[in-house]
Amino acid sequence: MGFLSLLVLIPTITIIAILFTKGKEQARLVAAIGTGIQLVLAGILVWMYLSERSAGNTAQMLFTTDFVWFANLNIHYFIGVDGISVAMIALTAVVLFAGIFASWEVEFLNREFFISLILLSTGVFGFFISLDLFTMFLFYEVAVIPMYLLIGIWGTGPKEYSAMKLTLMLMGGSALLLVGLLGIYMNSAPAGQPLTFNLLEIAKVTIPIEAQRLFFPLTFVGFGVLGALFPFHTWSPDGHASAPTAVSMLHAGVLMKLGGYGCFRVAMYLMPEAAHEMAWIFIILTTISVVYGAFGAIVQKDLKYINAYSSVSHCGLVLFALLMMNQTAMDGAIIQMISHGLMTALFFALIGMIYGRTHTRNIYEMGGLMKVIPFLSVVYVIAGLASLGLPGLSGFVAEMTVFVGAFQHADTFHRVVTIIVTTSIVITAVYILRVVGILLLGPIKDEHFTHLTDAKWYERLSTVALVLMIAAIGLAPLWLSNMIQHSLVPVIQKLSIVTGI
Amino acid sequence: MRHEIVLVAVALILLIAEIFTSPQNKGRIRGLAIILFAINTIIGFFPATTGTLFGGMYSTLPIHVIVKNILNIGTLIVIIQSNTWLKNEENKNKFAEFYIVLISTLVGMFYMISAGDFLMFYLGLELATIPLAALTAYDTTRNQSAEAGIKLILSSAFSSGIMLYGISMIYGMYGNIYFDLLNPAIAMNSLTVLAFVFFFVGMAFKISLVPFHLWAADVYEGSPVNVTSYLSVISKGAAVFILTVILFKVFPTISDLWQKVVWVIAVLTMTIGNLFAIRQQNLKRFLAFSSISQAGFLLLGIIGGNEMGMTSIVYYMLVYIFSNLGAFGVISAISNVSGKENMDDYNGLYHTNPKLSLTMMLALFSLAGIPPVAGFFGKFFLFTAAAQKGFYILVLIATINTIISLYYYLLIVKAMFINKSESPIPYFKSDSMTRLGLAICIAGIVITGFASGLWEMITKVAFGM
Repeated sequence: MGFLSLLVLIPTITIIAILFTKGKEQARLVAAIGTGIQLVLAGILVWMYLSERSAGNTAQMLFTTDFVWFANLNIHYFIGVDGISVAMIALTAVVLFAGIFASWEVEFLNREFFISLILLSTGVFGFFISLDLFTMFLFYEVAVIPMYLLIGIWGTGPKEYSAMKLTLMLMGGSALLLVGLLGIYMNSAPAGQPLTFNLLEIAKVTIPIEAQRLFFPLTFVGFGVLGALFPFHTWSPDGHASAPTAVSMLHAGVLMKLGGYGCFRVAMYLMPEAAHEMAWIFIILTTISVVYGAFGAIVQKDLKYINAYSSVSHCGLVLFALLMMNQTAMDGAIIQMISHGLMTALFFALIGMIYGRTHTRNIYEMGGLMKVIPFLSVVYVIAGLASLGLPGLSGFVAEMTVFVGAFQHADTFHRVVTIIVTTSIVITAVYILRVVGILLLGPIKDEHFTHLTDAKWYERLSTVALVLMIAAIGLAPLWLSNMIQHSLVPVIQKLSIVTGI
Repeated sequence: MRHEIVLVAVALILLIAEIFTSPQNKGRIRGLAIILFAINTIIGFFPATTGTLFGGMYSTLPIHVIVKNILNIGTLIVIIQSNTWLKNEENKNKFAEFYIVLISTLVGMFYMISAGDFLMFYLGLELATIPLAALTAYDTTRNQSAEAGIKLILSSAFSSGIMLYGISMIYGMYGNIYFDLLNPAIAMNSLTVLAFVFFFVGMAFKISLVPFHLWAADVYEGSPVNVTSYLSVISKGAAVFILTVILFKVFPTISDLWQKVVWVIAVLTMTIGNLFAIRQQNLKRFLAFSSISQAGFLLLGIIGGNEMGMTSIVYYMLVYIFSNLGAFGVISAISNVSGKENMDDYNGLYHTNPKLSLTMMLALFSLAGIPPVAGFFGKFFLFTAAAQKGFYILVLIATINTIISLYYYLLIVKAMFINKSESPIPYFKSDSMTRLGLAICIAGIVITGFASGLWEMITKVAFGM
């Protein structure tokens, strides 16, 4: 089956193993071991990938396995990775591992919780390794559906409403996507040739422009719903606010990246002409996402809502950068995905930990937490600084690259939207510093808070791991950049034929 | 012909056994019925000879064999699932009749499937329908059940009349009723169109397509659970298949016309079936409307009109049998123990009966078309079949409808897993037959999707226009 299939197989085995555990202790231990192995596996994958590349292997996709599934429809189980997917897989493994430790204390139905969480991650891993549109779509839906149970059973607040809203909106996105993918499939080969779902094969043919005009918006919006594209982002604040900690981490950290990745890998790669033609519509929408999300975060009182809106803003930036369609901006988009994934996972983990202690998420009911839980507070500040783009942390690298790339376009339209989008840096600073001021500094609002205890060992483990990754990308972005740059080339090439750059 | 002969033999053996068994040993007939029907199902898989009989009235092609085997499997599951219910005191004196009547309807469906002309088709259809009315009225002590029987017999007599009118017009124009001879003869003219419309309306009644669906909900609610499952799965599947065959074989020359009709009916059926399902509280009514909308999805395969379309229909039928019978199996298990059939009664079910809840969830996800269970593959292929002919808007409407259906399937999942209840259905241990029936369904739901061999096997023998 090949090395990559292990990435799907290990979570599946973990799920089955959890089924046979007894009691809370065993279940979480098995979950931790399973995701630990997955993390090691992701590490090995990164190492193997880098050594293959340095050995001079220039194939577009490495470690490919091809297995015929439905022969007469030409549906294959076709998997392989390039630098971008390797980076995404590593991100998922880290966030998942941290997520398991962040939910160490889940009491209610804890076996089922871990099973659903790992099932979700199976879908995500499968999505990132698939190169066949059918397999990709299958894994995409596997990643979405456990969310309903995860939010509905273990969530807080209006959880049933949020769970239903999130599930239906995301599945609505996948309904559009399905039509888009079928449209691509029907145009995937010249008349008389067998049709194919194989991404690399489809990339070799030029899909007729009329078909592209029809199916590009469907595919882009289909993935865009998951990437919180305005005006389809409304599931995100409610969903993230109601979800339990680990689920918010995984969802904002990883699942929303499926949207950006899919827009890039499927919509723009396969249909560059339409992408070029219609870019302006989506650029306007993403500009709104970025600025509106940031403004939305300013007025929220609930910590999770603040972070959810900030995710809308940051994920909007990812799509914005992709639509700039040049090497620098796309490079920035991928780094932004990784950076935002780590950062937002860290945020949600911290919010979960703070909520577990203070039992409120309303920032006005808290204050002076720096004095009672210094460790968590300091990490919160670090996460905040990464979010507002302080040099030395990952956020700066990503945003800087994106804006430099965006400014390479000299026409008025691109200049104007870029300038509007850059204002988000300032707005981000406003809401981050506002929260830090109210929440962490100042006098202690409630005398009960003086008894709070600081982070336990497993909480330190999960937060420190994420902080280290954020700092590593911030200090040495070249490694990540090198890894993904080579993989951007095929897409850029296809786009540059159209854009004429 | 072997499928039919074996079935008739099974029915006769059961009839004789019923007559010659002493009252205290009657219970054994249930076991005998299951064993005999299992043997019948297995025999069905032996290689069958193909050919025609009675001068072309009856024909057996490999695709017919596959469809009959699928229906056999489905009926086997229904028979296994109804075992517990037939043990009840009130059914003590009449349970053998259940099997015999059930098997005769299946024989009717087999003749209908294999029909080579309109006469055989009509005979089979009636043989399938009239005993079904007896089955729906099987709960002789309940008013609702009797009402369901009357509704079914009246509406099917009405629709048969309409259909016969259409068939007689065709005979009047072309002078014969053989599918093969009609195929080249049918031409586009007003009378043919009228005949086609009458025929199609009659079939739409049988399959309960919107706007001819209103009988379905009452009949489904009134009948005993196991009969409802049989009605909504087996009899619907057979009718959809023969409709496909007749549209492909007899009416290909006016396909431009019927594709438009099917397009509109498909949209109406999916949408209205779904919208009505949202409001239902009784689970049998709920699944009735959901199965109306599922029939709408099947029309997508018909509109595809080629081998791919037919394959996807037959494949979906298989998937649908496992999924829907899985859901009905859970409902019937719970209704046998507690008599409860409403959605509110399922609140908190996961905490008392986790395995049943998981089975139900799996079946519902399969019906909704969520991967990695079989329903996803079935729906995907139906959509592909329609997309191949360029009906993208129809596919879009259908995918949006799957989201609506997901909403109401999730309502049940929500009731079982999330809602709290003061008095949930207490824990109970189902008997071995119920569990066997559910196990077959689960295995089918999980395996069918991944087993691409099944799909290829059906493709090899499918035919299009």
